[in-house]
Amino acid sequence: MNKEIKEKRVTVHEPDLKAGVSRSQFLKLSGFAVAGSSLFLASCKSSTGPDDDDEIFDLGSGDLAVLNYAYALEQLEADYYTKVVNNFYSGISSEEEQVLTDLYNHEINHRDLFKAAISSVASDEQLLPTLEFDYGDLDFNNRDQVLGTAKVLEDTGVAAYNGAGKLLTNADYLLLAGKIVSVEARHAAAIRSLISPGTASFAGDDIVSTDSGLDAASDPSAILAAVGDTGFIVTPFTANNLP
Amino acid sequence: MDLIKFLDEFTTDNLKETKTSRKDALMTFGSLSKKAAIAAIPFGLGAAFTTNSMARQSTANPVAALQLALKLEYLEDEFYDLALQSGVIPSGRPETVYMQISKHEQAHVTFLKAGLEGAGVTPVSKPEFDFTAGGAFDPFNNYEQLLALSQAFEDTGVRAYKGQAGNLMGSDFLTVALQIHSVEARHASEVRRLRGLKGWITRKERGAGMPEATQPVYDGEQNTTQAGVNVAGLSSGLIGNVEDAVTQAYDEPINAGTADAIASLFIKS
Repeated sequence: MNKEIKEKRVTVHEPDLKAGVSRSQFLKLSGFAVAGSSLFLASCKSSTGPDDDDEIFDLGSGDLAVLNYAYALEQLEADYYTKVVNNFYSGISSEEEQVLTDLYNHEINHRDLFKAAISSVASDEQLLPTLEFDYGDLDFNNRDQVLGTAKVLEDTGVAAYNGAGKLLTNADYLLLAGKIVSVEARHAAAIRSLISPGTASFAGDDIVSTDSGLDAASDPSAILAAVGDTGFIVTPFTANNLP
Repeated sequence: MDLIKFLDEFTTDNLKETKTSRKDALMTFGSLSKKAAIAAIPFGLGAAFTTNSMARQSTANPVAALQLALKLEYLEDEFYDLALQSGVIPSGRPETVYMQISKHEQAHVTFLKAGLEGAGVTPVSKPEFDFTAGGAFDPFNNYEQLLALSQAFEDTGVRAYKGQAGNLMGSDFLTVALQIHSVEARHASEVRRLRGLKGWITRKERGAGMPEATQPVYDGEQNTTQAGVNVAGLSSGLIGNVEDAVTQAYDEPINAGTADAIASLFIKS
């Protein structure tokens, strides 16, 4: 366990921590529930006035909230891989370049689809805005950091979709989430295989339960708290109606 | 049995649809593309979804969905047990990969049986399998065929679980099924990469070295309409072939009839 966490520490961006919040929450997404607040980036309140509070976007309720939640995660992934493909780390293998380029394509399209799908049923005010991202001192020229962060993002995406399925009431949205989550899982396995070739890491014991053979599933609050801890997402928003 | 002929028979589009006999179930191979077209109708938060979802069209209840899942897990579990016993799998990466996959499939069987029993339902009994499909394959003497069947089983599993998600809505088993579904996808990715393919499915390509008989596993994967949106015309800045990219980006479901038909090829009747 210590070894696993240590390994992840090497590869994951050190976020700017809010006081009293453990940096390790993002690293605990291996199927373990993480206590999280429904208020994403709650600490932004302390630096903004009441008027600003009103402007913080909330994901909404019901299926809309879940779609906006997925849209947020897809925005993060799309932005991340955009940075990756625009500045491939030196010495990248052709296989790695192909995998990361495919992931870029897929996540861009996922992001754009959620924007289109939400826009078709909700007002502009109900659509999560385009988020801003900041990767701090993450070194995009460092293979271990790039692949390590990709692994966390993909595993997190799988856990997020697996946990969100039960929140959806529209079967078509559930099917759409299902179409995407298995591709995220394919991504996760491929990235893991690049990091640890020739091993069982693609569906490793650190992410798939050895007892039940189940992948991770986490509630939005846990996912958002963990993603919030990375500091990657600059634009604050809340998820007051998601568990 | 001539497997290719057998499958070809069900890739024709000229059979009428009913839901009772095995033969009728098998024809869903052929009607898959029509159903994909129907499923492409736009949906919305306010729209009724009583029809047109591929995820909701076959089995009507969670128990049937779980029994189908168990049947597929029995198949995978026994296949990998026999594969690991066969001595055909090379040591090193292949053996490591298949031991991990086998461990999961065994756990899935145990887990699903316990879940069904816990719900007061008698789990389906394990079928008698024939992984030669009547002599068409020889996976436990031929590593390439073992790999090919493994890829077909894993990619089928992903599609089958996805197709049952709608039947599990509102059930405690939905999340569990999703958690198995993504593990099957991890397996599929790795097996495909072990075979030198991408971990994801491009259009409806079964991939180099895959027998033509496995094509029904991939038919329908070429769908480019998601949530009523033409995803091929959606994004700017994609690198390479757009249609390749956007078909890779989404896995498509199969319904219970199609999944059952694929499994039935390897079940002694």
